[in-house]
Amino acid sequence: MSQAPIDEVARRDEPPSRPPGSGATGTPTVKARHRADLAAVRVAGGRWQDDVRAVTMVWRRELIRFSRNRLRIITSLVQPILFLFVLGTGLSSLMGRGLGAGGSDFKTFMFPGVVAMTVLFTAIFSSVSIVWDREFGFLREMLVAPVHRGALVVGKCAGGATVATIQALIMLALAGLVHVPYAPSLIFSLVGEMVLAAVMITALGTALASRMAQVESFQVVMQFVVLPLFFLSGALFPLRSLPAWLAVLTKFDPLAYVVDPMRREVFDHVRAAPAVRTLFAGGVTWNGWSVPIGLELGLTAALAALFLGIAIYAFGKTD
Amino acid sequence: MAIEARDLVRRFGTLDAVRGVSFEVAQGETFGFLGPNGAGKSTTISMLCTLLTPTSGIARVAGYDVVTDRAEVRKRIGLVFQDTTLDDYLTAQENLRFHAELYGVPRSQTGPRIDDVLEMVGLVDRRGSLVRTFSGGMKRRLEIARGLLHSPRVLFLDEPTVGLDPQTRTHIWGYIEELRQREAITIFLTTHYMDEAEHCDRIAIMDGGQIVVEDTPERLKASVGRDRVQISTADDEAAISALMERFGLDAAMSEGTVAFYVAHGEVFVPRLFAELGVAIESVSIARPTLDDVFMNYTGRTIRDAEASGSERMASSPWMRARRR
Repeated sequence: MSQAPIDEVARRDEPPSRPPGSGATGTPTVKARHRADLAAVRVAGGRWQDDVRAVTMVWRRELIRFSRNRLRIITSLVQPILFLFVLGTGLSSLMGRGLGAGGSDFKTFMFPGVVAMTVLFTAIFSSVSIVWDREFGFLREMLVAPVHRGALVVGKCAGGATVATIQALIMLALAGLVHVPYAPSLIFSLVGEMVLAAVMITALGTALASRMAQVESFQVVMQFVVLPLFFLSGALFPLRSLPAWLAVLTKFDPLAYVVDPMRREVFDHVRAAPAVRTLFAGGVTWNGWSVPIGLELGLTAALAALFLGIAIYAFGKTD
Repeated sequence: MAIEARDLVRRFGTLDAVRGVSFEVAQGETFGFLGPNGAGKSTTISMLCTLLTPTSGIARVAGYDVVTDRAEVRKRIGLVFQDTTLDDYLTAQENLRFHAELYGVPRSQTGPRIDDVLEMVGLVDRRGSLVRTFSGGMKRRLEIARGLLHSPRVLFLDEPTVGLDPQTRTHIWGYIEELRQREAITIFLTTHYMDEAEHCDRIAIMDGGQIVVEDTPERLKASVGRDRVQISTADDEAAISALMERFGLDAAMSEGTVAFYVAHGEVFVPRLFAELGVAIESVSIARPTLDDVFMNYTGRTIRDAEASGSERMASSPWMRARRR
């Protein structure tokens, strides 16, 4: 069954390089050269480098598609901007004087929530695009390639997370408009948390997409996953002093553990009365115990790993 | 052998899509599966491409088992599917680059290699265009180029020209013919177009999940041994019964004419005029085609088979894959 030598013999008699400027086909010499060229490439074995190349390429594809779709970039910014500046302004006026000193108001409170929301929506949209890949056939091109399925999933998640982070960075740039200072330490930790959240949500979306057959299922994910995640996360209202049934639900929202550290850090950098600070950035509590930021981020990282594992497993099973 | 299959079986629930298929394809050969939709061609091809696990039986492609050595098989095969699997929002070149990276084509060779395959299918000028601006024929050409990018041993073409207009079909076949001459590549294709099967070195006619007969197109046509005669008459019913009574020929209506098979048709026709007893309006005699071969071995035309097989097509693996 080993016929490797046959090709090797046939393929050695022509120079492997292609002379410059050969535009036209048709002459016998050109064809002869083609034979050598078309046959010259040997595909490498299943080494880890191959998987790295696959991850990088899948990631790059996401970025290429994102950069080419300017309309998508703009439209997906419209929603957070409306939330922040229209809903935020409206709610601020409802609250009267704002949060106290320093000109900060309810928009300052909403800002980290809206940044997290940008991450959430962009990351979910990116990862669920696998369903479109399936619909239009490109997923099969990926699945039949001689690389580990895990590499494809990691590349897809990395791409989705990068895109979500870029979108959220654009929102982050608006910090000054809502009286959040551009302090390097604040920006640095917010970006870190955005990346972490983006990875976690993209992995979740990818795991969901692995079991979604039709494009229509995207609506289901939006209604049953994304919106509950969003509303229960504390992005729009403080999680303190909620009725018990609602307070309990918020504890199970992974996004709450992303919004909370971001908000606490923002409030570390703005001047607000202690009472206001406690109300708006009091942190998530478990049975009265205030969960430290480190644990919240650790939890998010663990969830990201879990969702990624599920996504890799699920795609390993796909035909 | 580039491909060898033994007793391949694939069941979907209670449906036996492929029931015990065995064949061999030699290195450098162009081998075609001919049959109506739903005959089990696509199911067989997807088992050979490692996309579907056989219910039973074994198959080896390029020397590797399609179940136990999937990755090795995948590195050595190129695939062109019925449905397009290009990314519409990438350019032609980006689609090829993606493929090269996933198939581990050495970096130094990726650029020249992309140039070569683009040149081969005549898409060099459009390399920077988004694939969504391509016509159906251009997309198919790009897919063939992509299938060749990593120098596969075996190129699988599943209905390579389905859904294309006749002119583009001819064009695509031009590329495939050129490819056969240039490369020592083995080509395995499926088609339900009789005229396309003529391009193959050897064909297997498939019907109802089994290989009915397998040989070169020439020998298959010769095996029919009889010419196809079609007449239109003043009274077709009477002509059919007269053919049976006087000549012992089993005639049937086909495409609005009375059709039957007879050895040495040109010798037979003068007798027909003299002895039939029904006025004949026109006569045509044709040497056997693959249509006749199909008819001869399955007892029906491929068009009839298509009509009855259409429900089965709905459960073919590709259709399922799209719905998953």
